Amino acid sequence: MINKITILPGLDKRGLREKFDQITLAAGETISIVGPTGSGKTAFITDIELLAQGDTSTRRRLLVNGQVPGDDIRSNPSLKPIAMITQNTKCFADVSTEEFLGIHARARGIQNDMVVYETIDLANKFTGEKIEKDNKVTVLSGGQTRSLLVADAILIGAAPVILLDEIENAGIFKREVVRMIQDTGKIVVFVTHDPVIALLTQKRIIMENGAVKRIIHRSDLEVKAAHNLLELDTRVDIIRERLRAGKMITKELTAVNFA
Amino acid sequence: MKLLVIAGPPSAGKTALVKQIVRRLQGEMRIAFLKIDVVKAFEDIELRKEFNIMTRKWYSGDLCPDHAGVMIMADAIEWAASNYSDLLIIESAGLCLRCSPYLNQGLGVVVLSSISGIHTPEKMGAMVSLADIAIVTKIDLISQAEREVMIQKIKEVHPGVILMETNALQGTSLHHLYALIKDSPDIEEENLSLKGNPPLGTCTICIGKKEIGWKHHFGIIQKLDGQTAEYLYRGE
Repeated sequence: MINKITILPGLDKRGLREKFDQITLAAGETISIVGPTGSGKTAFITDIELLAQGDTSTRRRLLVNGQVPGDDIRSNPSLKPIAMITQNTKCFADVSTEEFLGIHARARGIQNDMVVYETIDLANKFTGEKIEKDNKVTVLSGGQTRSLLVADAILIGAAPVILLDEIENAGIFKREVVRMIQDTGKIVVFVTHDPVIALLTQKRIIMENGAVKRIIHRSDLEVKAAHNLLELDTRVDIIRERLRAGKMITKELTAVNFA
Repeated sequence: MKLLVIAGPPSAGKTALVKQIVRRLQGEMRIAFLKIDVVKAFEDIELRKEFNIMTRKWYSGDLCPDHAGVMIMADAIEWAASNYSDLLIIESAGLCLRCSPYLNQGLGVVVLSSISGIHTPEKMGAMVSLADIAIVTKIDLISQAEREVMIQKIKEVHPGVILMETNALQGTSLHHLYALIKDSPDIEEENLSLKGNPPLGTCTICIGKKEIGWKHHFGIIQKLDGQTAEYLYRGE
């Protein structure tokens, strides 16, 4: 069982060593990775996913429960303690959704056949257009694909560490996703540009020039700000869904005062 | 001298992988490289320019590239050994999926692109099932779930293979491969043979007769409908 992941410093884009001794992520913790485009956010979570041992472009090293992980957990999916949702919105495998999830469940060593259908049901909670089990994964839309992959990470990946790369870009119900995976005792890492997601996490890792620049612990004031922002976000969501459903805006926007 | 035979379809990332291996091991080993291809290859020039190692290429032209490989591999080993190489890397053309170029000694590596399709490991036959190591490339282009589905498919074809995933352009997660190369025993040149069975040799088409139909040919043993000799391998 994983109770902590330790990240040891690597090199920034100029080849200079990062200015931290180690970063420890503990079970039950939520973390966001923020910073401008190209600052190394995706590379940071990719290092975690690959359990980098100085053999990625950043030269970072990872420890699992304080130990160097073995080659087997790096290369055998059934032992891998990490599920990652990348920004990919495309699958190339020419198989149905049911088959795809079935093979993945086998790869992860899961015996229960029902997990395939549970995953499709969960995915359909995150997306507008329903995914059918017979749909080929190659024809799913970007949002459907990401919904499916998020559900897959939760139920089939079922890993103690979940990494999510910019889920807000997928056109899926992000609060639904956040609600599903918070408070599950997992280590959850979000790469995000979304202020709501960033403020919902306990720690923010700030990236710059390929390196970790700072780590900020969320303040009490920010917790309050997060609640206000959530309320605002919910209202924006209602408007978004009305527009997506082809409806007209009647009084929501006229009654809103953002000042 | 150690031997590394690398196979895989065109554009899978074989050369990108070779570059990572050379970059990493060049300081401790004298490396020679041979590329076998059919029509055109640039890898020898690229690698010589970038790393200043000994390189050769060989075009099979009208000959089947795997057949050509079998014939000239011994020459290449002699060339590399006489130039005091510590490691010879042979990159195959990677076209025909009937044969595999791996030998009974050294390491055989198959390179597969993660976007090449889910059925590719099964379709690649001996090129996958006789490899010592399978390396899945371009993993930055697909989701983790799809990567794991691909790995599962390879394992189902070849349960004993050592699997690795990489972004070959960056050379991620290849430490294990470098260690396996360094630890592989030196080859004994007099005892080298192919791991797999090559296909049957000559027929009238092989020697260049172009007329179609059974009456113009002999040595051909399979019809679209009809009998095949019992002792022949028929796929699957």
